[in-house]
Amino acid sequence: MFISDYALSVATFVGIWVTLSLSLGILTGFAGQVSLGHAAFFGIGAYISAILALRYGFSFWIALLGAIVITGLAGSILGLPSLRVRHDFLVLATMGVNFVVVALFRYVDFFGGAMGLVNIPAPSVFGVSFRGGVPYLLLVWAFAGVTWLIAWYLSRTWVGLAWHTVRSDEDAAAAVGVSVPRFKIYAFAISAALAGGAGALYGHFIGSLFPDTFAFVESIVILSMVIFGGVGTLRGPIVGAIILKAAPEMLRVVQDYRFTLYGALLVLMMLFQPMGIIGDGSFIWRNLRRLFGREPATVAQPPPHPVEEPAAAQQETAS
Amino acid sequence: MSHVLEVQSVSKRFGGLEALHDVSLWADGEILGLIGPNGAGKTTLFNVVSGFLEPTSGQVRFRERAIQDKPAHEVVAMGIARTFQIVKPFAELTVLDNVLSGHGMPRYPSPRAFRERVHTPDNEAVARRILERTGLTRWADTPAGSLPIGLQRRLEIARALATEPDLLLLDEPAAGLTRQEADALADLIRELHAEGISLIVIEHNMHFAMNLCQRIAVLAQGEVIAEGEPAEVQNNEAVINAYLGKQGTNEVVTMGPGS
Repeated sequence: MFISDYALSVATFVGIWVTLSLSLGILTGFAGQVSLGHAAFFGIGAYISAILALRYGFSFWIALLGAIVITGLAGSILGLPSLRVRHDFLVLATMGVNFVVVALFRYVDFFGGAMGLVNIPAPSVFGVSFRGGVPYLLLVWAFAGVTWLIAWYLSRTWVGLAWHTVRSDEDAAAAVGVSVPRFKIYAFAISAALAGGAGALYGHFIGSLFPDTFAFVESIVILSMVIFGGVGTLRGPIVGAIILKAAPEMLRVVQDYRFTLYGALLVLMMLFQPMGIIGDGSFIWRNLRRLFGREPATVAQPPPHPVEEPAAAQQETAS
Repeated sequence: MSHVLEVQSVSKRFGGLEALHDVSLWADGEILGLIGPNGAGKTTLFNVVSGFLEPTSGQVRFRERAIQDKPAHEVVAMGIARTFQIVKPFAELTVLDNVLSGHGMPRYPSPRAFRERVHTPDNEAVARRILERTGLTRWADTPAGSLPIGLQRRLEIARALATEPDLLLLDEPAAGLTRQEADALADLIRELHAEGISLIVIEHNMHFAMNLCQRIAVLAQGEVIAEGEPAEVQNNEAVINAYLGKQGTNEVVTMGPGS
């Protein structure tokens, strides 16, 4: 079977952005911390891994692991503003973090400065190195799969429930015993660590890194993917990333107008499908569920009128 | 001998406003009513006791341990649960999951939070028992946000109960309830008390408070102006003045023994 190099590289990029989108989905979708600084974590992972491999001669695998761990630590530190500010102000703070991180990449020699980092080695298995191609594609998607598994697993644990309470109402969360600061930092750390992994995979794939790749505008792209797909779900960020990453590649015409397209899509989504294209309660998701018989064709019965319930309540308390 | 809860000369300032002034209060295994005109500082006192606000001065002791500087989530873990006057359900979660969120209390600070699943038969059984006794069973799978206010108030109590408190602070639990609903609520509160839970209830409905509580403390302008059995408090001069003062006459009417 022949797959063009171009198609392979698009599919690899899509896998990396699915990981980014899923990891931001943990922070924004699960824990409710809207971040416009996710590209900073993407960049930190990419730079750490590249530097570990280039300057210190670590193998790709150790560099990848190092990028995940160090970016996770960076996430837990850069998440500290979320303990003091919420909502719009947090969005501004995360934006600021993104600008600072990119400035560090650009102006600190250690990170290669404006000239970036080049000749980042490709990973190798048993002495066989591979950049790109099917093996790298599989590696990238395996990491996306692991990211999905972690998100899925956490969504079923007490951590997932605690995140939901933080996102829903911080006072009520504290009232049921959830330490709001602790769970925000967990979300930042885990989300950043996974984005850092995506960054490492990006750097060793493309071979060179430049600060602007991780600029604020990339953070907008990643957040758009989460919102476009459906915030708070596991499938939304995947679908969002696939569509928003693959579509511009396939329709070369729109490539130049990529950000115009993102902007327009976001406006339309907010107006007509705020739950995302495949989020809970979205048109497509409702009809998919109906098609597979997971939901009755009629709208769910509204809860019974309150007038009739005191009798029921008395029966229940009396029994 | 010391009490379960002791509030010792607590003051709370917000800039120039002193919301609580030298408030001392105690509670034991009883149903204590906390009444007073609007703005008297009742909810502020709850916020201080439950760890949502740190007092400017004074101490709060629970089972002989000073808790005034502990954050809210640690206060719950020590056994003080609360409800909110303006209900705060986790709107997108089902009623069952709301109760489970309270049941998770001991797990959140430990690594078990990462290991254990929420929806196990054991956890659900505990939550369903709480739904049963609070009369919410038939709404178990309904998103909490779509419930009418009366049921959301009951859910507040159910969620607080799921943390297995020794002391339960209820902030106007009967507000907006029909007479029948309020009676059912009073029964539930008495039941909880009979099981050994201490309760402090903020209430505007005098009829409700007088019938339910064994002891009543009256707060006005941030100070405790009276305290005692319902009958004593009802006839207390300072209390009548506080309510007559500049407040509307509605509350005076409901003060009457006949209402």
